[in-house]
Amino acid sequence: MSTILIRPTRGLASLGLRAVWEYRELLFFLVWRDVKVRYKQTALGVLWVILQPLVSMAIFTVLFGVLLKVPSGDAPYPVFAFAGLLPWNYFSQSLTRASTSLVQSSHLITKIYFPRLVIPLSGVFSSLVDFAISFAVLLILMLLYGVTPTARMLLLPALLLLALVTALGFGLWLSALNVKYRDVGYLLPFLIQIWMYLTPVVYGSALIPERYRFLLSLNPMTGVVEGFRWALLGGELESYLSAPLLALSVGIALVVLVSGALFFRTTERSFADIV
Amino acid sequence: MNDIAIRVENLSKRYRIGVERHDTLRDALSSFLPRIPRLHPQDKEIREIRDHSWQKESEFWALRDVSFEIKRGEVVGVIGRNGAGKSTLLKILSRITEPTTGLAEIHGRVGSLLEVGTGFHPELTGRENIYLNGAILGMKRTEIDRKFDEIVAFSEIEKFLDTPVKRYSSGMYVRLAFAVAAHLEPEILLVDEVLAVGDAAFQKKCVGKMGDVAREGRTVLFVSHNLGIIVDLCTRAILLSGGRISRDSLPADIVAGYIAHDSMHHGYRDLRFWNEERSGTGDLRVTYVCTTDVGGKLKSKYSYGEPICIHVGTEGKSGTECVVGISIRNSSGQLVLHYSNLDDRAEVFLTGEKSEIVLVIPSNPLNDGEYSLTVWLGDAFNLLRDRVGNCLSFRVNSEALGRVVSLASVRMSGNWSVKNASGFEH
Repeated sequence: MSTILIRPTRGLASLGLRAVWEYRELLFFLVWRDVKVRYKQTALGVLWVILQPLVSMAIFTVLFGVLLKVPSGDAPYPVFAFAGLLPWNYFSQSLTRASTSLVQSSHLITKIYFPRLVIPLSGVFSSLVDFAISFAVLLILMLLYGVTPTARMLLLPALLLLALVTALGFGLWLSALNVKYRDVGYLLPFLIQIWMYLTPVVYGSALIPERYRFLLSLNPMTGVVEGFRWALLGGELESYLSAPLLALSVGIALVVLVSGALFFRTTERSFADIV
Repeated sequence: MNDIAIRVENLSKRYRIGVERHDTLRDALSSFLPRIPRLHPQDKEIREIRDHSWQKESEFWALRDVSFEIKRGEVVGVIGRNGAGKSTLLKILSRITEPTTGLAEIHGRVGSLLEVGTGFHPELTGRENIYLNGAILGMKRTEIDRKFDEIVAFSEIEKFLDTPVKRYSSGMYVRLAFAVAAHLEPEILLVDEVLAVGDAAFQKKCVGKMGDVAREGRTVLFVSHNLGIIVDLCTRAILLSGGRISRDSLPADIVAGYIAHDSMHHGYRDLRFWNEERSGTGDLRVTYVCTTDVGGKLKSKYSYGEPICIHVGTEGKSGTECVVGISIRNSSGQLVLHYSNLDDRAEVFLTGEKSEIVLVIPSNPLNDGEYSLTVWLGDAFNLLRDRVGNCLSFRVNSEALGRVVSLASVRMSGNWSVKNASGFEH
């Protein structure tokens, strides 16, 4: 016989990961719903997943590759840009979905109990489907430009995980804040735009003066994006992506994730009252 | 093992209303950090006094020191006016929101149904929504697989299973939603007002299903405005008022008291801002209901056989044909009389923005007691436009006509004769 004890909670909450595990089927269904619904009643359907990064790539290629002549190492600029856009788009989509997820699910939050962590998690997971499709496009693109994949690609899942952890960490903070302060909704587009220019997506980090490059590693997405290029396009790993600095990136991502989860769990108790 | 399913002890819930002073990001963050000891004790005192005086204005206790125990297998109805704390109680027990103080213990698997169709997605098909909604209500996938056919049969939407639910009529939508919820099999069921949906036939089916659940020996906590259902289904009722328990007893007793308490309005009620037991599309609304004598004088006490005139003021879309239903329930919530203009072959056509519909009961057949009125407005397709349940009550008291023995709600005079044995031919 299961017993549920309901009482006011004070102070810092526990993570409650076991409850999330118990509700993994709901998580699955929410992800499935997001994916299923995303491109319903659109004429192009899933083509949008391919079109969006391709158009961005084309714009960046003309603007930065042709006009500004941003160096792209050995790789052709379009592939260079797409290899950076791939993890970046995953990150920005996940962050946006996770951050707005709670407010968008207010009808669920006020009517039924389940571990609230499931909601931002579903945002981060459902973006993986778009990622997989874009990844296939990249492989075709590499084939067209004659870039041969290497065994380094086996490291991509680890890099993707770092992007997921970063997006989820910040997403947890922002989604919980969004419940009370809808400012988050206005802030988010700017945040993502600024963040993209702080991340070497359209340019390579080789462009940044050497003594400032360690600053880039404070941003976990630098490691992810440069790591993706390194794994896909070959070339030497930039020195600032050395093990200690990469460890710093991972450390920052984990701190944000754990603190975000604790903040989320602690504010969670009032979600239904104020959302 | 004890036989207690739900135990609630001194449960209270406070809501802050209006503009909150603590509502800044800085304060929100500081509540997570360890408290920094204050340098000046006086400051703290001042702050506390200030907070206290401020709190008084903007606090609202939705629930105050509520304690009760529910045994396994009990079916308990919770009634009360709007704002009495019914929904708050259910939200706390469903773990949607936390209590401010007190505690509750629930022994067993809980299913809560605060709304029909929670999480339905309009773009998904009926089939897909069954799975999604089932998962949201806490069903396992295998469980949904197993009950899928049963759910579909109950909802009567077989043909539209693969149509997005946004193309459903509101009736179909509600039927499907209820069907999923009805197949949830928790040990303890918490239900809020979900039966106030759908057409009359489906409502009947839903109530039947609820009855089954109750008979299967599961524990049910049921919040409703529908007093008749409370009396029919529940073994016990709790009356909440102002966030506190005001009575806890047999349903019939509580419902009777509840209606009697509400009869101090001399035959008239303004319903423009009335939200209790109200449902419908709202394109045509009931603005008032009153009872009068044949001369049009407001009256809330009648004798047996006296004519009763029921006036229903309406406001809304004009030039529409209208179906009107007026039902009269006794103090235990049972339906005693129901009038419909369809039954009387009377056409109700509203030409103006505002109208008044009058029903005259030439000679009321009601026995002594307290009665309440429910008014129902539908359109030509029987779609519910406005329903105000138990919005006005009146009393029948025929003391002047002599003592009445009958306990039934309706009294019809009969012709009596006696044939004594000696009168028969052998």
